[in-house]
Amino acid sequence: MTAVQDTPALPTQQAETGGRPRLLVALTIITPLAVLVGLYMALFNARTDIDQGDVQRIFYIHMPAFIGAFVALGGTVIGGIQYLRTRQVKWDTLALAGVEVGIALALVNLITGMVWARPIWNTWWTWDPRLTSEAIMVLTYAAYIMLRQGIENPEQRRRFAAVYGILAFITVIITLVITRIRPDTIHPVVIGPSVQTDMAQGAFEVAATSGVRAALMVNMPVWAILVPITLMWYRIRLENFNQRIQALKMKVLS
Amino acid sequence: MALNSELETRNFLIETRALVKAYGLLPVLRKLDLGITRGEFVALLGPNGSGKSTLLRLLAGLSKPTAGQITIGGWTLPDEAAAVRAQIGMVSHKVLLYENLSARENLRFFARLYNLPPADVDTRIAELLEQVGLSRRTADPVRTFSRGMQQRLSIARALLHDPDILLLDEPYTGLDVDASSVLDGLLRAAHAEGRTILMTTHQLDSAAALAGRVVILSRGGIGYDAPTAGLDGSRLSAIYTETTSMVSAR
Amino acid sequence: MKTPFLKAVLSIVRKDIQIELRSRELVSSMGLFALLSILIFSFALELDRSARQEAISGVLWVTVVFASILGLNRSLAMERDQGNLDAMLLAPIDRVAIFFGKLAGNLVFALVVGLLLLPIMTILYNQNLLQPWLLLVLLLGTFGFATVGTLLAMMTVQTRARESLLPIVMMPVALPVLLAAVRASTNILTETPIADWIAWPQILVVVDIIYLVACYLLFEYVIEE
Repeated sequence: MTAVQDTPALPTQQAETGGRPRLLVALTIITPLAVLVGLYMALFNARTDIDQGDVQRIFYIHMPAFIGAFVALGGTVIGGIQYLRTRQVKWDTLALAGVEVGIALALVNLITGMVWARPIWNTWWTWDPRLTSEAIMVLTYAAYIMLRQGIENPEQRRRFAAVYGILAFITVIITLVITRIRPDTIHPVVIGPSVQTDMAQGAFEVAATSGVRAALMVNMPVWAILVPITLMWYRIRLENFNQRIQALKMKVLS
Repeated sequence: MALNSELETRNFLIETRALVKAYGLLPVLRKLDLGITRGEFVALLGPNGSGKSTLLRLLAGLSKPTAGQITIGGWTLPDEAAAVRAQIGMVSHKVLLYENLSARENLRFFARLYNLPPADVDTRIAELLEQVGLSRRTADPVRTFSRGMQQRLSIARALLHDPDILLLDEPYTGLDVDASSVLDGLLRAAHAEGRTILMTTHQLDSAAALAGRVVILSRGGIGYDAPTAGLDGSRLSAIYTETTSMVSAR
Repeated sequence: MKTPFLKAVLSIVRKDIQIELRSRELVSSMGLFALLSILIFSFALELDRSARQEAISGVLWVTVVFASILGLNRSLAMERDQGNLDAMLLAPIDRVAIFFGKLAGNLVFALVVGLLLLPIMTILYNQNLLQPWLLLVLLLGTFGFATVGTLLAMMTVQTRARESLLPIVMMPVALPVLLAAVRASTNILTETPIADWIAWPQILVVVDIIYLVACYLLFEYVIEE
């Protein structure tokens, strides 16, 4: 049983096993409330769009959710780079949490988009460049998870995942900029100058009324910051508990 | 600091201090201290999973230590890996050869990787192939070789750049009696040329006969370490069983 | 003490070509696959004259990508199976030389297959693919695939799933290369004025450079232990 003292030091975050940190408790309360406020702003406060009717309200969730996915997957890149530099497990945990939350938010983005497209484009799905590239983006991160599962050695798994997590971000960037470089997209470009406003079907003017802007101002930080951070924090805690269980098992077994 | 380490490593060609290697949370080597002087032939024994191969891979610079220090010939790993690698030849149970290339082509490729002067390469290769008894098969692709012949060629590859240190990871795997005795002869010759040899093996007889010192690894540390003088295979076998069974009984 | 970088790279390329000349494993399996692929596409898509013009560059690139994947898997499994990667890592070379050596070899084999495809498709689809611009795009495109492919294949041959994992991890990451290459080729084949599509080869060059730098920086992490 002398083995115990020789076991490599556990990741620092695992040390704290007690209650949730105060900030996390606060986030747990604030985030759902903020989502509700955001929904209120989107569903009741903003005025109905003249061309599209009520269905346009979905946009207030749709775009912020993608930004949220961008933030989470950006966390994966940071986690990957930092892991390769420092070899601390916590960075890999951040990367993994980023991928899972990123996939979830990208799916929110895709599904809300499909619901919106049904009345506006008259179809649930179309092989538009941006839709296709986002679908591929989600699949890339599914491949990330498959890659992780294919590797036995935990150190190698973290290292390869870091490398792939960094490369995979290319698909996120492509999804972001594709409406600029593929002129045949029908996806509306909301922010910045668009090369093909006449092509895009279902575009509208963001700055049109104050209600629209207010709804966006609320929902943007909620989905882009609060939701991904809260979810990732919980995912990281879960992973830390998992690793702690593994470590304890090893202690008992050795 | 540099002076200090120079003084301390003067006695040892290969030295590890508090060497730790862990795969994830699983420690394979736990604070291993081992010193090998120039010209020694050390047999490294131990059950599967005791960290023999891991130690060899660490010394060869194929793997990075989790903690601790390795110095080889005054150079530290992994920082001065390229300098260390030029002094090391390694034979593993995998042959590390291209089976579609001939014996000579394989050696030529590695000669280029080791940056050997092109003028001497062909004579050096002919010499080595002669030494390992393959001079008649130089142009045949390696896939047509028997396991024993491949292993001999593998030793020629390891000796190609005339390294000071030879690391052998279970070189007897898959060899029949004849091939094993040829290998014995080659290792004796390599040792006689003044090379320092560290070999892992399960062949206790060969270990007792060839090596000047036996180290038995158990549970990631050194369980037994003594000269082989006066030891034969059966005596060594008894010691081995004793050392390793203490572990499983713990 | 260290072997010069270029010498290490060249000796690895030379070794790969030597092995290929001996066994012809890579180019023959890639070439046969590519040939089958274009035949199957012509049946599956029932390509008539007008559809051909639109679809032909897609067929070309999908074929090139999958043939490359086939070759990449073989080329790196060869290093892994006999432990030859270890043998190269043991040599006093800069480890990134292994990346560039393998990349150059893989690029040569993919290009050979691509160059075989062009005349064959020209005959079978009755459309001239032997155009200088298309050759340039083929070079740039295969370079992009070979770059990410060499890095990712080095990773996937070390995993449990091995061969089956490479297409899954490589296709999405290689998407920008595929996108730009297909766009450029379609425009070249439909004889659009050069000003309308010159941006695509330019994008391809930029993407290739980004990939080369990224893979160069990341390669060390894929081979250490």
